[in-house]
Amino acid sequence: MGAELKNYLHEQHYFRVRLGVAVLVVFSLFALLAFRFSYLQLKQYNHYQTLAENNRISLVPIIPNRGLILDKNGVVLAHNFFAYTLEITPAKVKNLEETIADISKLVEVSSLDRKRFKKIREQSHSFESVPIRTHLNEIEAARFAVNHYRFPGVEIKSRLFRHYPLGKLGSHMVGYIGRINDKDLKNLEESGDLSNYKGSDHIGKSGLEQFYEKQLHGTTGFQQVEIDADGHAVRVLSSTPPTPGDNIILAADSKLQEIAETAFGAHRGALVAINPKTGEVLSYVSQPTFDPNLFVDGIDSENWKALNESLDKPLINRPLRGVYPPGSTFKPFVALAGLEAGKRAPPFSIQDPGFFTLPGKKHRYRDWKPSGHGTVDIQKAITISCDTFFYGLAMEMGIENLTSFVRHFGFGRKSGIDIDNKNGKSENGGLLPTPEWKQRRFKQPWYPGETVIVGIGQGYTLVTPLQLAQATAILANNGVAMKPRLVSHIEDAQSGKKQIIAPVIQDRIALNPNNVEIVKRGMIDVTLPGGTAASVGANAGYSIAAKTGTAQVIGIKQNEKYNESTINERHLDHALFIAYAPAEDPTIALAVIVENGRHGGSTAGPIARKVMDYYLLGKVPATEAAKENKTLTGNTAVTTTIPEEELHD
Amino acid sequence: MISKLLQLLFKHIDAFLMTCLFFALLTSLFVLYSASGQSLERVYAQAVNMGVALSVLWVVANISPQKLERVAFALYVLGVLLLIAVALFGSISHGARRWLNIGFTQIQPSELMRIAMPMMLAWYFASREGKPSATNFIIAGFLLAVPVALIMKQPDLGTSLLIASSGFYVLFLAGLSWKFLVGAAVSLLALMPIFWSMLHDYQRKRIEILFDPTQDPLGAGYHTIQAIIAIGSGGATGKGWLNGTQTQLDFLPERTTDFIFAVFSEEFGFLGNMLLLTLFTVIIIRGLMIASQAQSTFSRLLAGAITLNFFSYAFVNMGMVSGILPVVGVPLPLISYGGTSMVTLCLGFGILMSIHTHKNLVAN
Repeated sequence: MGAELKNYLHEQHYFRVRLGVAVLVVFSLFALLAFRFSYLQLKQYNHYQTLAENNRISLVPIIPNRGLILDKNGVVLAHNFFAYTLEITPAKVKNLEETIADISKLVEVSSLDRKRFKKIREQSHSFESVPIRTHLNEIEAARFAVNHYRFPGVEIKSRLFRHYPLGKLGSHMVGYIGRINDKDLKNLEESGDLSNYKGSDHIGKSGLEQFYEKQLHGTTGFQQVEIDADGHAVRVLSSTPPTPGDNIILAADSKLQEIAETAFGAHRGALVAINPKTGEVLSYVSQPTFDPNLFVDGIDSENWKALNESLDKPLINRPLRGVYPPGSTFKPFVALAGLEAGKRAPPFSIQDPGFFTLPGKKHRYRDWKPSGHGTVDIQKAITISCDTFFYGLAMEMGIENLTSFVRHFGFGRKSGIDIDNKNGKSENGGLLPTPEWKQRRFKQPWYPGETVIVGIGQGYTLVTPLQLAQATAILANNGVAMKPRLVSHIEDAQSGKKQIIAPVIQDRIALNPNNVEIVKRGMIDVTLPGGTAASVGANAGYSIAAKTGTAQVIGIKQNEKYNESTINERHLDHALFIAYAPAEDPTIALAVIVENGRHGGSTAGPIARKVMDYYLLGKVPATEAAKENKTLTGNTAVTTTIPEEELHD
Repeated sequence: MISKLLQLLFKHIDAFLMTCLFFALLTSLFVLYSASGQSLERVYAQAVNMGVALSVLWVVANISPQKLERVAFALYVLGVLLLIAVALFGSISHGARRWLNIGFTQIQPSELMRIAMPMMLAWYFASREGKPSATNFIIAGFLLAVPVALIMKQPDLGTSLLIASSGFYVLFLAGLSWKFLVGAAVSLLALMPIFWSMLHDYQRKRIEILFDPTQDPLGAGYHTIQAIIAIGSGGATGKGWLNGTQTQLDFLPERTTDFIFAVFSEEFGFLGNMLLLTLFTVIIIRGLMIASQAQSTFSRLLAGAITLNFFSYAFVNMGMVSGILPVVGVPLPLISYGGTSMVTLCLGFGILMSIHTHKNLVAN
């Protein structure tokens, strides 16, 4: 019994020692916890307090309304409307294919929608929501809302959409907005505007939408909201309203734009009309056009392919980036260069044998009229577009003198017009060739013959329709160069206050008024009987100063005859036409280029006439459609009724 | 008459321990109300759980330790058989096979093991005469390893480790030699790489994220990060009951169950944490006192193991929520929502009270 008790006491003692060790372990581990708590809650309190606040409070951007684009009469070219979209956040969806299949049971999802979704998804991060359907109607939105719980990661959003109500009309001018891509983000970051784009998912991509992005976008507002872990707003703590973007008002008139575009018919080409006194662009045509609405929510690959691969190249902004040899439309400027250099002043005249040869050379630079024009002075040379006269003048002036003079008229440099001049998608500056340029470009010396053909606007010389229109406007304005611009006013969307964009004088070219007068008279005669565009001026009711031009698309070999009936349609000459009116006090100056239109007087001229008729007289071409068909189907019939002078320039 | 009834009712209830439990359970209801987004339904449901658990406590407290000793072996065998049944026919949920459908309800046999394991080992050592030999420890180790392995296979790493530790407490209190303990600790460290290679991917992930929760801030690390933010932002005195932003705005995951401590910590701060730690310490000290005063080897070992098991649950839960231990899915004892764990806990406290209140009868 004693031994047992002793054993029991021994065992109990031993057990209590072990318990003591356990108590020590308990205390030390609990102390470890207490230490951890003191670290988190006392030492690091501020840190975690901030984190909790950041968790709790979220800044929700309020996207400003994008400014409208209006024509001079207030006709809307670009506006916004609210519509429902169905958006998927790929990162939150387990099986994307299945989810889309399930959604399509509730609301229609076309193959085009799927393609667009795929394309946008490839360009965005997995945590960004991507629209699978846009423009849901009320019934579709309601039907999805009822089933929303079945689709985690799919949200209905009410979003502001950009819409271009006039569609294809003036689309190269207006441009379009598109979804912000990585490149845009980089640009925004560099310009420091990124924070203003929180919540925005669109940005101007081309045209005025791009150039006036800053004004149109407005300032993003913010709401400080308390959110739960799913990001749902629980309540608003404070709010800063957004400032809507400014409206921009164009100098152009959409009706004039429509007339101009219709006048092109099925032809490709460009037209730019400028008010020479202000630099305001009155019409800006690039044909063919495209529907900018296709681009707003990411163009699907089918439409993209159709636009991008079309031989007609509808996406090219021809006035800005299309370069063409100016042909004979260059002659008035060459003539002025000669007069200003003290050469060829009346009564100087030449006897035109129908060709020009360089001293000691056999090569014949042919006039468009093989028999020659007889006695030709400088004014007549413009009126009848005498090549021989300008060959000799160019030769005598030399290439350097010639190009340095015409450069003042904007050739060979960018106009700085308010469109598309950002993000490296810049205006084409055209080309005024010089010996240095040729050495640099081709590592070859300049040949005198190359100077000869620059005299008639051929050779390396390249201009954009915009440059040609601007040069015409400068000439019409007696050498005062106004900076061309599409926008005349910027309107504060809230107050309605309009701010005029003041005309900017780019340059005042010192010109002898007498010389200008000689050139202008030559150009006025162009539209009078005997001139190369007599039919354009017929019965106008106002005087028109003009110059026709033809630009070769393919070179014609020596002794080979240009035969338009055997040439592929796309290798036909480009038709050019420049004009300003009324000739005494011009308010409109324009340049028209009709690609493969052959003769400036017969194809480009009538387009210019329609534009001037509407602009100056308010005359709307009555049988627009009927005429179009005739020009398209009965080319030969139309051209044969035009006198010989107009068949060339 | 009434006083006699009361005396009968409370005869086997330890007033001190009961008061502590009462405070803990009351805290649970308040925290739960906040954590559930002020859902009285949840609170009622938990109150019902508590009622059931306290009834179990009362019944067990009235059963003498001798009777418990007699059923220990049978309970253990039943537990192991059920675990085998789970492995063969158990239903899978969340990628693990833990539940067994017994017709009218589902049971989780691993919960039964939390009590059956220390009872079995305490019975085993009590049935050996004198100082346990090395062989005894090897056999005990085997009895411990079988159910632990079965639970680990489910897989349920957290529970298997806690049941292993509850068995280990018996071995430790029964006098497992220090030499062996040190040797085991050293070889455990040496075997760590092999152990690592045997782990499931999700277990490894959990361990990796233990050391760096920011590794996966939106996935596995999210729980821990949000819980730590909740605790830290609670500060010295807390944001106040029902005012925890992390809690009320849904940032905290599993906040009525495994992560309820983060809710408590956010709303009551460092001060609240210290009070809760103190309450737990008092409960543990009381449990160990009961063990120390127990009169048989069986009741001594069992009381010690149950108390230390309570400690491991509390420590592991608070450790994982505050980010110093991996997230292993262990509830905070007495506070977390859930019927099964509440019943198992109170069963344990019932045994403690039984051991404490029956000892004088034995002496008599």
